[in-house]
Amino acid sequence: MLSKTRQIVLTALVLAALTIGAGSGCKKAQSDPFPASGAVAGWQKTDGPRTFAAKDLWQYIDGDAEHFIQAGVVSTSTADYTYQRQLEAAVDIHTMSSPDGARKILETGLTRDAKTIQLGDECVQYAQSISFRKGNTIVRIVAYESTPDTPQALLALAHGVESKL
Amino acid sequence: MSTRREFLKEAATGAVLIGSQTPLALAGMLDAHAETGKSRVVIARDPALHAAGSQLDSARVGALLDRAIASYTGIQQPVEAWKHIVAQGRAEGKVVGLKTNGLGGKGISTHAVLVFAIAERLQQAGVKPGNILVWDRNARDLEACGLTINTDPSRIRCFGSDVSGFEDSVETFGASHARFSKILTRECAMVINLPILKDHSGAGVTFAMKNMYGVVERPQDLHANGCNPGVADLNAFPVVRDKIRLTIGDAMSSVYDGGPGFHPERLWYPNALIVGEDRVAVDHTAWSLLERQRAEVGMPTLEATGRPPRYIATAADATHRLGTNDPQRIHLLEI
Repeated sequence: MLSKTRQIVLTALVLAALTIGAGSGCKKAQSDPFPASGAVAGWQKTDGPRTFAAKDLWQYIDGDAEHFIQAGVVSTSTADYTYQRQLEAAVDIHTMSSPDGARKILETGLTRDAKTIQLGDECVQYAQSISFRKGNTIVRIVAYESTPDTPQALLALAHGVESKL
Repeated sequence: MSTRREFLKEAATGAVLIGSQTPLALAGMLDAHAETGKSRVVIARDPALHAAGSQLDSARVGALLDRAIASYTGIQQPVEAWKHIVAQGRAEGKVVGLKTNGLGGKGISTHAVLVFAIAERLQQAGVKPGNILVWDRNARDLEACGLTINTDPSRIRCFGSDVSGFEDSVETFGASHARFSKILTRECAMVINLPILKDHSGAGVTFAMKNMYGVVERPQDLHANGCNPGVADLNAFPVVRDKIRLTIGDAMSSVYDGGPGFHPERLWYPNALIVGEDRVAVDHTAWSLLERQRAEVGMPTLEATGRPPRYIATAADATHRLGTNDPQRIHLLEI
């Protein structure tokens, strides 16, 4: 027979374990959506991520911040990459408050030469950039140069990010 | 825009000026209204500025700068022209600042090759390396231009307001409030403004006057209502009005939509420098250039998209008196 003190301690431990389990079990663990160096063939992460809350977004994108705030941006994270140590690119991940806001950002300024790609919920690609939406998240990857390899390399990196969202 | 006849007339005027380079004749050459009662703005172009792979040809950039400055000042010898610019800025023996714009990141920032060309000419004109200070908001913006941070006063200095800090006092003009970078208030006797031409999602266009958002601590406070009157107010503060003496605007590459960030799908190569002292006239000219490109690719005007750069007219109004946006009062030289 357990002593009364032992019973109390055991009950407390069980309750604590249940509380911790309940707290973490319903949520997906927050993960870093930026692929590590080498996780996508040829791509190295060179800087970041840096994260900006909506109120600080101007520090990163100046006047563009207003456009994102109006669409309901919650935060933006950015990291720099290089492909085969030659092609440089920036990956921006915007977390919006709703899929509608994300859709609005994706659709802004689309031009006729945008190519539709199967990735996430919707995706468009140009010669030097690729943007896609997944739920309330918008990802935009921009390369600073145009080479024959750029579109395929960007698409591979975009898949790498999408798989981590 | 100038007609061909007007252009030839301007070119002829330039030739006369080149032939009369006495100190007295040169005095006031940089006074925007001295020659014709108009604000002089030069657009200098070189269609072959970009070599293969969109890389700038540094020798051609240097030559383009020389042509632009010769045309603007009327002084054919680059070293003499630069001596005159420094003297007009009352900066002999003092610090000359070069204010870049690197906010758009590596793809759309003031090109380092232009900064280097200007710094070289300044040194040839007698400015000590340590008296040349290349600056912007912070190290990241400068690095985006391709520049390297240096605070060693024996060499050309390059650092941001993140190093210098900002004045404690808050200045007020109209409804606008600002704390200025100590680089502007304490270090520089004169500043040459080196913006890069871009479309701007709020202001319509960002170029000469909008680049001053990088000299204050909280530029976001000036963004309301399409940056109007924020841009005009900011340029009307005495420290900005007096120390920013010349704009050598980088229109070698630009984004005609989607700015101020880098949108390679809307990148365009005007292959030009735009030079002037009258910041309003410079911005008005740059706006025209950008609208022409938008029209060429079938895009609506900035007015039609609800974001004309209204701050340009505000800067010219009786409250601000920063220059002219009247094409009849702009002496445009396209070379």
